[in-house]
Amino acid sequence: MTDDHQSLALLLFSVFVAITLAITTWVSRDRRGSAEEFYAGGRLFTPMENGFAIAGDYMSAASFLGISGLIALFGYDGMLYSVGFLVAWLVVLFLVAELVRNCGRFTLADVVAARMRERPVRIALGTSSVTVSVLYLVAQMVGAGTLVALLLGGKGEAARAWTVIGVGVLMVIYVSWGGMRATTWIQIVKSVLLLGGTVALTALVLVRFHGDFDQLLLTAAERSGHGEAFLAPGLKYGSDWTSRFDFISLGLALVLGTAGLPHILSRFYTVPTARAARRSVVWAIGLIGGFYLMTIVLGFGAAAIVGPEAVRGSNAAGNTAVPLLALDLGGGADSTGGTVLFAVVAAVAFATILAVVAGITLSSSASVAHDLYASLRRRRARPRREVAVARVAAIGIGVAAIALGLLARDLNVAFLVGLAFAVAASANLPVLLYSLFWRDFTTRGAVWAVYGGLVPAVVLVLLSPVVSGSPESLFPGVDFQYFPLQNPGLVSIPLGFVAGWLGTVTSAELPDEAKHAETEVRSLTGAGAV
Amino acid sequence: MYSDDPWYDALASGWGEADVTDAPGVAPPRAGDVYLEVQRSAAFQEVRSRYRRFVVPAVVGFLSWYVAYVVAATTAPGLMARPVAGAMNVAMVAGLGQFLTTFLLTWAYVRHARLRRDRAALELRWDTQELTRVTRGGAS
Repeated sequence: MTDDHQSLALLLFSVFVAITLAITTWVSRDRRGSAEEFYAGGRLFTPMENGFAIAGDYMSAASFLGISGLIALFGYDGMLYSVGFLVAWLVVLFLVAELVRNCGRFTLADVVAARMRERPVRIALGTSSVTVSVLYLVAQMVGAGTLVALLLGGKGEAARAWTVIGVGVLMVIYVSWGGMRATTWIQIVKSVLLLGGTVALTALVLVRFHGDFDQLLLTAAERSGHGEAFLAPGLKYGSDWTSRFDFISLGLALVLGTAGLPHILSRFYTVPTARAARRSVVWAIGLIGGFYLMTIVLGFGAAAIVGPEAVRGSNAAGNTAVPLLALDLGGGADSTGGTVLFAVVAAVAFATILAVVAGITLSSSASVAHDLYASLRRRRARPRREVAVARVAAIGIGVAAIALGLLARDLNVAFLVGLAFAVAASANLPVLLYSLFWRDFTTRGAVWAVYGGLVPAVVLVLLSPVVSGSPESLFPGVDFQYFPLQNPGLVSIPLGFVAGWLGTVTSAELPDEAKHAETEVRSLTGAGAV
Repeated sequence: MYSDDPWYDALASGWGEADVTDAPGVAPPRAGDVYLEVQRSAAFQEVRSRYRRFVVPAVVGFLSWYVAYVVAATTAPGLMARPVAGAMNVAMVAGLGQFLTTFLLTWAYVRHARLRRDRAALELRWDTQELTRVTRGGAS
């Protein structure tokens, strides 16, 4: 890429950073520093604002660049991801959003701990939430470093390292100064930018084909060299049974994991009522669904206009499909239009990463301060102290994420996002559903459900081909691979549910009927909700 | 005992407060009893069964439809490649169908909640809060 592309993209991105820093300063100008303010942004966002923020939290650069790239390279098989990412929201809408808003306060553990002995439950859920967040965070940080190398033709290692550090520092500033209020507004701005950019590119693709989607598909199929097979599943996941089960495993993790992602759950506390939480999810489903439909057009558009060979030549994983498409749609590499569109796409991708990492950092600092720190200390922290702890935790998480991001910057970490969803689905979802819907659920069941999902998920990944035993592994030199699938969801999600059931039926503790009645009444009516 | 800052006990769930009211001489009903009473009331049972009658079949329905789609896409590519119209094949129709059913179910859920559940739930909320306020003996 030429210097023009670079400087314009950097300029646009600096504008975004300046605007977000201004927002952070503005919203924190008269902050009172209460936990309510820091974790939940005052709980007075409208459903529309929260819907945009949820969409901003959820639509990562991986889906903007990654899914379109997969479609450009493998055709239909790329689409399977978008379907899973969207259908997951029905689980959130039907089973989680309103009920969690009604009986929780700041974190996922609030909902469960209300019925159980608080300490063990908070420690377990705090641990699993931080694990999910860190996995997701490292994937995003490494992605940011790779992106800068790809889009700006990065000057090698130094540029990537500085990108990781820069992203880490910015997210710590947003979170520890602005808390939930600043994070939310950054996500709203990012959402609008991302959707605006996607709508513009989609419109240009459709105009190129005179609005004929059929023609677009046929051209893509022809150009791909696979013919009709490009429009049907099988190019990426159909080769053998291992890869089939791998995708089924990933599909389960995607659809069940969303409802257990801590940074998504904490978004429901930013609106005043369960009804507002429901309406924010409806907004989010509309925005996310529209976005994924457009990535399908962009993916096939990239295959038809740029061609899979050119995409693969630029980046083997297909991550540059959309930027290359933008360059072409704008009029080619040497045109002003091409330069501008390319720069816009690059800047939007950075904005996306920044907003997502800020959301994750905030929710994991809440898990550390509100669940882990508060339970591991003997004396209960006062709320002002707790917010101070959360700010320090955000800095600590930022430092850890930068360090891990730098360590892992040469590794292929694409599996981390799928793994984060698998851990969320195995460790967080069973305990959440059991405590909302099962009368006899006990403390031991809750603790077992969390560890019974978390430990197998992590261990199975350590024993899987992503860590050892194949040329693409993290450690290609050694071989301790005993589990064939890259994603543990197919095994660890059922284990989480079974462990929760087993812990409950074997526990000596009698279930507290009054506490269950309280959870049920509160979750469905909103009585006593904060 | 409350301080000025309502978030004084940010760690505690804040639910157990009613249990520790210590109005001397009076034995107010525990908040837990209020919730048990509400839970057994016909009005609450109605709200709960309306919620479950919609959500349970809907969850079973869309999860099976999604799993069927993923399994078919990975194990039966021949079936999925069958052409339907123009460039559209079974796989495309099924994939776009997933988007469509998601939007439709969202709409149906919201409509059901708004028409069948919200009013009754809100009334229960005020009634329950009134009852728990009484058990707290005005302490809060």
